[in-house]
Amino acid sequence: MNETYIPQIIGFLCNWCSYTGADLAGVSRMQIPSSLRVIRVMCSGRVNPLFVLKAYLKGADGVMIMGCHPGDCHYQKGNYNARRRYIMLDQILKSVGLDQERIGLWWVSASEGKRYAQVVEEYTNKLKAKGPNPIREEIFI
Amino acid sequence: MSNVLKIKKETSEGILDFFKYLLETDKVKGIFTLKKMNDSEARAYSLITSLDELKQADPFYPVMPVNAGKVLSEMTLKEAVGDPVAAVLRPCELRAFVELVKRVQADTENILLISLTCEGVFPLDETVNGNLGKQLPAYQDAAKKGENAAGLRRTCEACAHFIPGLADITVSFAGNKDLDTGCTLVLNTPMGEEFSRGAPGTMGSGEIQSQELTQLTEKRKEARNKMLQERQEDVKDLKSLVTTFAACLSCHGCSHVCPICYCILCDFDSKIHEDEPSNFESDLARKGGARVPSGTLLFHIGRMTHMAVSCVNCGMCSDVCPVNIPVAEIFSMVGDPLQEIFEYLPGRDIEEAVPSGTYKEEEFTKTGEQ
Repeated sequence: MNETYIPQIIGFLCNWCSYTGADLAGVSRMQIPSSLRVIRVMCSGRVNPLFVLKAYLKGADGVMIMGCHPGDCHYQKGNYNARRRYIMLDQILKSVGLDQERIGLWWVSASEGKRYAQVVEEYTNKLKAKGPNPIREEIFI
Repeated sequence: MSNVLKIKKETSEGILDFFKYLLETDKVKGIFTLKKMNDSEARAYSLITSLDELKQADPFYPVMPVNAGKVLSEMTLKEAVGDPVAAVLRPCELRAFVELVKRVQADTENILLISLTCEGVFPLDETVNGNLGKQLPAYQDAAKKGENAAGLRRTCEACAHFIPGLADITVSFAGNKDLDTGCTLVLNTPMGEEFSRGAPGTMGSGEIQSQELTQLTEKRKEARNKMLQERQEDVKDLKSLVTTFAACLSCHGCSHVCPICYCILCDFDSKIHEDEPSNFESDLARKGGARVPSGTLLFHIGRMTHMAVSCVNCGMCSDVCPVNIPVAEIFSMVGDPLQEIFEYLPGRDIEEAVPSGTYKEEEFTKTGEQ
């Protein structure tokens, strides 16, 4: 296994909670692996399952969706929708034989800088162990 | 227990007598059902308003040229039909219609919904290769015995939801040993009863459920498990997934005939998913090659994220695929567990919200907290 392999993860972070939490982690100078490329969205409910699916099929080693804890959504209900969409996408990938562990949903609040760092670190390690997404090599996608 | 109207004629003729009564008494202005076209073995859905044209009606002919739920939705999209219409739909077509009503794409008002305990339909090829007529006697026979007929769409063999739930009137077909001597209409709703009052035949009471139907349901469930097991091999990993869709032309025929795919401009036909040369460049640099047209798996899996929760397994998609990809069976494999997670059955209850359009505050409580 290539020791220098850094998984390329795409993350959709909601502006109000998880992006702010990530910012807090940064400002607090916490060590975070360079695996995650963050895309800020206003709410996790804005994340179209096709964003996640397309990133996955284009070869992202992992896709993370992060939002506010249920009940704390800045727009009241967005994250409830995000949760259902994630559950749906998780099951669909399972049914068609694709690795559903390469997508994930995490609730990270604005004050949880430490949790953010932990979550990214743990997920990066998990993806490192799996190796690169085999779809990367697949031409007939 | 429901009121049951029995007409003393062979089922396919008895129903025509019922329609004649509805038209003559002006209870309905039209009958929506399959109609013969000269000598062809094919049939087309038609809206029939004259008694003369009614003679060419063939409601229970085992073919589905288009999912009737889709067509009825197109007719009732802007507003409900102005005058009462009696429509004959198979259970899956009715369920699809209900799913479309939930999506504000259809209106049930003024439609007398007639369905049947469904024995299934033949693949569309059979209507043009001269084989269908020869298979009809065996089909009738199997229906009478409450067995699976041979040569049907795979999704029909494996359909455990062939007893319509939301029809105003259910005609006893599959599992009815008296198909040749009587036409039995079970009146499920006040609307069904109202339209049948005074119709030729004898009123009695009864119910659609029977031992034969319970046994047939078991046989269908077994066939379904068998089908799903066989398909497992086709989608067990990336390699098999790619192989299964290797022949896909991206014609999008499957989505065009799917009743649930109602979007006038499908995401996957739009500019959103058009591949720009710049995207190709990065793929070529990285992989050394790229499929053209691209987005085959994105289309199929993406379509699953849009409609698998409401897939009624009518099998239109597999039937129209020009390269024989078992789309319906694969979508069954995806739809079944997905519907189970949300404890949802498409078309079961018109008030039940589509899972992808609703949520509960307390559910999947462990998700996201890991």
